[in-house]
Amino acid sequence: MAIEIEQPSSVELSKVAVSETHGEDSPYFAGWKAYDEDPYQESNNPSGVIQMGLAENQVSFDLLEEYSEQHSEAFTWGKGAPGFRENALFQDYHGLQSFREAMASFMEQIRGGRAKFDSDRVVLTAGATAANELLTFILADPGDALLVPTPYYPGFDRDLRWRTGVKIVPIHCDSSNNFQITPQALEAAYKEAEAMNKKVRAVLITNPSNPLGATIQRSVLEEILDFVTHKNIHLVSDEIYSGSAFSSSEFISIAEILESRKYKNSERVHIVYSLSKDLGLPGFRVGTIYSYNDKVVTTARRMSSFTLISSQTQHLLASMLSNKKFTENYIKTNRERLRKRYEMIIQGLKNAGIECLKGNAGLFCWMNLSPLLEEQTREGELALWDSMLHEVKLNISPGSSCHCSEPGWFRVCFANMSEQTLEIALKRIHDFMQQRERQRKPISSQ
Amino acid sequence: MLSKKASSLCHGEDSSYFHGWQKYDSDRYDKLTNPKGIIQMGLAENQLSFDLLESWLASNPDALVMKRPNGESAFTDLALFQDYHGSADFKNKLVNFMARIRENKVNFKPDNLVLTAGSTSANEILMFCLADPGEAFLLPTPYYAGFDRDLKWRTGAEIVPIHCSSSDGFKITMCALEEAYQRAKKLNLKVKGVLVTNPSNPLGTTLTRDELNHLITFSIAKNVHIVSDEIYSGTVFDSPSFVSITEAVMDRNLEHTDLWSRIHIVYSLSKDLGLPGFRVGMIYSNNKTVVSAATKMSSFGLVSSQTQFLLANMLSDMKFTDKYMKENKERLKKRKETLVSGLKLAGINYLESNAGLFCWVDMSHLLVSNTFDAEKELWEQIIEEAKLNISPGSSFHCTEPGWFRICFANMCAETIQVALKRLKDFSQSINSKKKAGSCSRQRRFLLGKWVSMLLPYDPEPDR
Repeated sequence: MAIEIEQPSSVELSKVAVSETHGEDSPYFAGWKAYDEDPYQESNNPSGVIQMGLAENQVSFDLLEEYSEQHSEAFTWGKGAPGFRENALFQDYHGLQSFREAMASFMEQIRGGRAKFDSDRVVLTAGATAANELLTFILADPGDALLVPTPYYPGFDRDLRWRTGVKIVPIHCDSSNNFQITPQALEAAYKEAEAMNKKVRAVLITNPSNPLGATIQRSVLEEILDFVTHKNIHLVSDEIYSGSAFSSSEFISIAEILESRKYKNSERVHIVYSLSKDLGLPGFRVGTIYSYNDKVVTTARRMSSFTLISSQTQHLLASMLSNKKFTENYIKTNRERLRKRYEMIIQGLKNAGIECLKGNAGLFCWMNLSPLLEEQTREGELALWDSMLHEVKLNISPGSSCHCSEPGWFRVCFANMSEQTLEIALKRIHDFMQQRERQRKPISSQ
Repeated sequence: MLSKKASSLCHGEDSSYFHGWQKYDSDRYDKLTNPKGIIQMGLAENQLSFDLLESWLASNPDALVMKRPNGESAFTDLALFQDYHGSADFKNKLVNFMARIRENKVNFKPDNLVLTAGSTSANEILMFCLADPGEAFLLPTPYYAGFDRDLKWRTGAEIVPIHCSSSDGFKITMCALEEAYQRAKKLNLKVKGVLVTNPSNPLGTTLTRDELNHLITFSIAKNVHIVSDEIYSGTVFDSPSFVSITEAVMDRNLEHTDLWSRIHIVYSLSKDLGLPGFRVGMIYSNNKTVVSAATKMSSFGLVSSQTQFLLANMLSDMKFTDKYMKENKERLKKRKETLVSGLKLAGINYLESNAGLFCWVDMSHLLVSNTFDAEKELWEQIIEEAKLNISPGSSFHCTEPGWFRICFANMCAETIQVALKRLKDFSQSINSKKKAGSCSRQRRFLLGKWVSMLLPYDPEPDR
């Protein structure tokens, strides 16, 4: 008979605290650790690991720095700082009105004026990480399900599930149609949730997609909206990369679709945005929920008490984003520079014999290395990922960490480094591919 | 269509605590434009020492424009810095600051500090880490109204109150702790810990050594956590001096026992430095698992790197912070004494206090009956007639009607004089009404029941 001994120290914390749903034991994070231990540096460590697993936008910092040099008043509170105490005391969860207005106007600019945003529907949160979790708390109960198309951002496993107790049921997408979401896939996912006795509360899409680096087509958005309306569930559209589409006209926001339908059934739609990718300011923690549902707006505002944006930062960004001259130039220039980077990496990969999914947005491309796999399995993919990390010294993100159903796809970031570093990374890939090609050639042909 | 959490009232915003704010919002006092408006005395903000911060900022512009001491811009580095471990420099300065508040009787390691967007976030994160949905924390009453939302709303945890009474000066007794524990047991709630605010909001007092020892003894006996929200630790302006839970545990030589890993401190710069808008909170714990889990959870509410940079700079100027803390306490003490003189003139009793931004006052003698309904009536009257927004004890879950929290640090010296005059006038007018009322009640009683039935209201029973 087993003797149960009480282990007081192990039962004292909550299940959430000791669970692994934070997801930090996945390869996505293991790669970061390897990079941290041996980071590439042009002069000090030229043979170190090049970080290509970090979706950061570093291509347009000069524009931000120029702004800050010319507009020091955004960083201070005026001479004698009369605005300081008011700002320091400001913890109203409605957020600074000037900032909400600037944010709404910025979101309109990104969409080329094709959609209108009402600043009273803007709810501020400390980053999109917080926005996505907050929306999940509001739209779903523990044990309920969200449908998310694969491949998806690995952080969603933590952000949507960890503390909320909500499940993710994947909407399987594959390369046969460039990973687009289909009505069949939506329906299959819904049925899968039903079979598991899970109540589906929402579909969550990322548009432009991370990790695909591609915008969702208008017809697909219409289908998704019809699907959620028919099932009477919510739609969350994470548009965090909307300003990173290489051309303004190629990105279609769900807001545009709603406007064209005269906002019928829009109370089920919620948009998430952030300045972390388009403006390259992840450290400032600026996220937003834009909801067409009044009750969601009110509730999200109250819940945002747990994740308010520093009023100092709201003050700075209200100033920056309401400067139309700056924002217009920034948006245009940033798109152009990202497009150039994308073309550079695609060409470089092509020269190395590697194909990528056709992309038109984001800070990364979706690369197909399945021809290189020993076995067309997750293990085969992870073995290849390991070689890339330890032999080629590149940290790229394996598709399995994004829950991709087909092995061999990898997300490769291109905007978090200088052009020189990208050249070196491409050379390493080129050399690696050449070496593999040589190893493959049968002896008799030599 | 929405989750149960979205539909619940657990956010607490339908409570009277917030209704008072709404009334104030529509009729705010302004010396020039609205001198008859409502004076806000329900907001625990520290506005007494902004001039000191402003002068520091004026002399340290680099910290604002994100320039390093060598003249280089830190903008890009800061813009990209989203590491949930937080700025090492900032955490070093914070633990140093916290130790100096405790007169260096304890020292803190920066690796055990987790930064969060305000103590609102810190308290919620700790609950997520220490309690499963349906499990409970014991809290001494009266307690900060916001805890109902912060500790329970999204976590699903429960609060079971530890009833403290005026006969003990609202101190936590061993008896009350045990009674609360048994009450939780009867409700089938598993108790995971005790959460105290030290110095207390709304009492404005520091926990005595006896109280700290009771908590420690209780925590050992029941194998539960202690969360000590020390957000007001820098506002202790009078004796007895502040004794942190850490110091109390060390004084009993318990640092090398299990208990050490069940002690968690919450702190913030919102009250001591008067910077609630900047969202700087933190959790300090010796429990590696808690620190690890809380650090990951802080992803949902990180402190802006821009703000971390500014405040790391400010806190590294120890000459300034020492001067600030000393001057700030003197001003708080003086302001409290002003309030207390005013209360005396108004014939209102108060709890003797040595900390915080408010006083806990006894207005039960002004109630028409010893009930919470009467307290609510009185509170409404104070808003309508005295034009003061103060916080009723029931919003703090006080078990005795008639107590109110009055804040004194969120206004200028002139305004508090206006407020005190209004309080005195109001108090006198209520007293005279009560006297008149009790006379007329006697007359009606003599007239007999058939007459009282013709009156618009039923006579209240005498207190």
